[in-house]
Amino acid sequence: MSEPWEEEGPGTIKKFMYVNRKAPYGTIYALESLEVVLIAAAFEQDVSMAFLDDGVYQLKKGQDTKGIGQKNFSPTYRALEGYDVEKLYVEAESLADRGLSEDDLLVPVEVMSREALAELMNEQDVILSF
Amino acid sequence: MPIEANGKMYETDEEGYLADLNDWNPELAAAMAKADGADLDENHWEVINFLREYYEEYQIAPAVRVLTKAIGKKLGPDKGNSKYLYELFPYGPAKQACKYAGLPKPTGCV
Repeated sequence: MSEPWEEEGPGTIKKFMYVNRKAPYGTIYALESLEVVLIAAAFEQDVSMAFLDDGVYQLKKGQDTKGIGQKNFSPTYRALEGYDVEKLYVEAESLADRGLSEDDLLVPVEVMSREALAELMNEQDVILSF
Repeated sequence: MPIEANGKMYETDEEGYLADLNDWNPELAAAMAKADGADLDENHWEVINFLREYYEEYQIAPAVRVLTKAIGKKLGPDKGNSKYLYELFPYGPAKQACKYAGLPKPTGCV
């Protein structure tokens, strides 16, 4: 009988990628994705998040949601590191199309080309698209 | 079930978590603990205050694993371990301490 503070081994580790393509507000996808990642982080899998299309706005600094009466959950992306979710990939083309650069983002990320990101997706065991 | 502190009633959800984070005050935390049959000492307060700061910064209540690690970083390995935290909060450190801190139930806590 194990005590609640004793942890079990991780078993087989799979590569999970969460793909985020939508703007942070207006739909529930961004928040749902973030919550799923935070929950799934407990299962000690190899987790990464990719941000492309309007999904890059999720990581934009200086979000202010007062006008739409919703909670600004962007500070939570900074908690990901504490959950050992450290692989955040942002597609370079999506950033450039929106006039954004790495300096506009609120967490450290790896910016990569569409082609490189496609290759990375190929290596995943599981891809969840939001 | 609403809970009383300082002669005022506060709304909570069905599991006893405070409905409005902004309502929180230390007397309310003590009242919640008392309802569970617990007395809060300085070690409890250290964790409760830590959780409030964590929420302020990240806008979420941390999972127990993350809480344990973060407490260890801030308060040292003597306190950043599951055994110590479970002794303080036997109903589960994240769940119970978050409740007293007025935070929502941690994401991923079932």
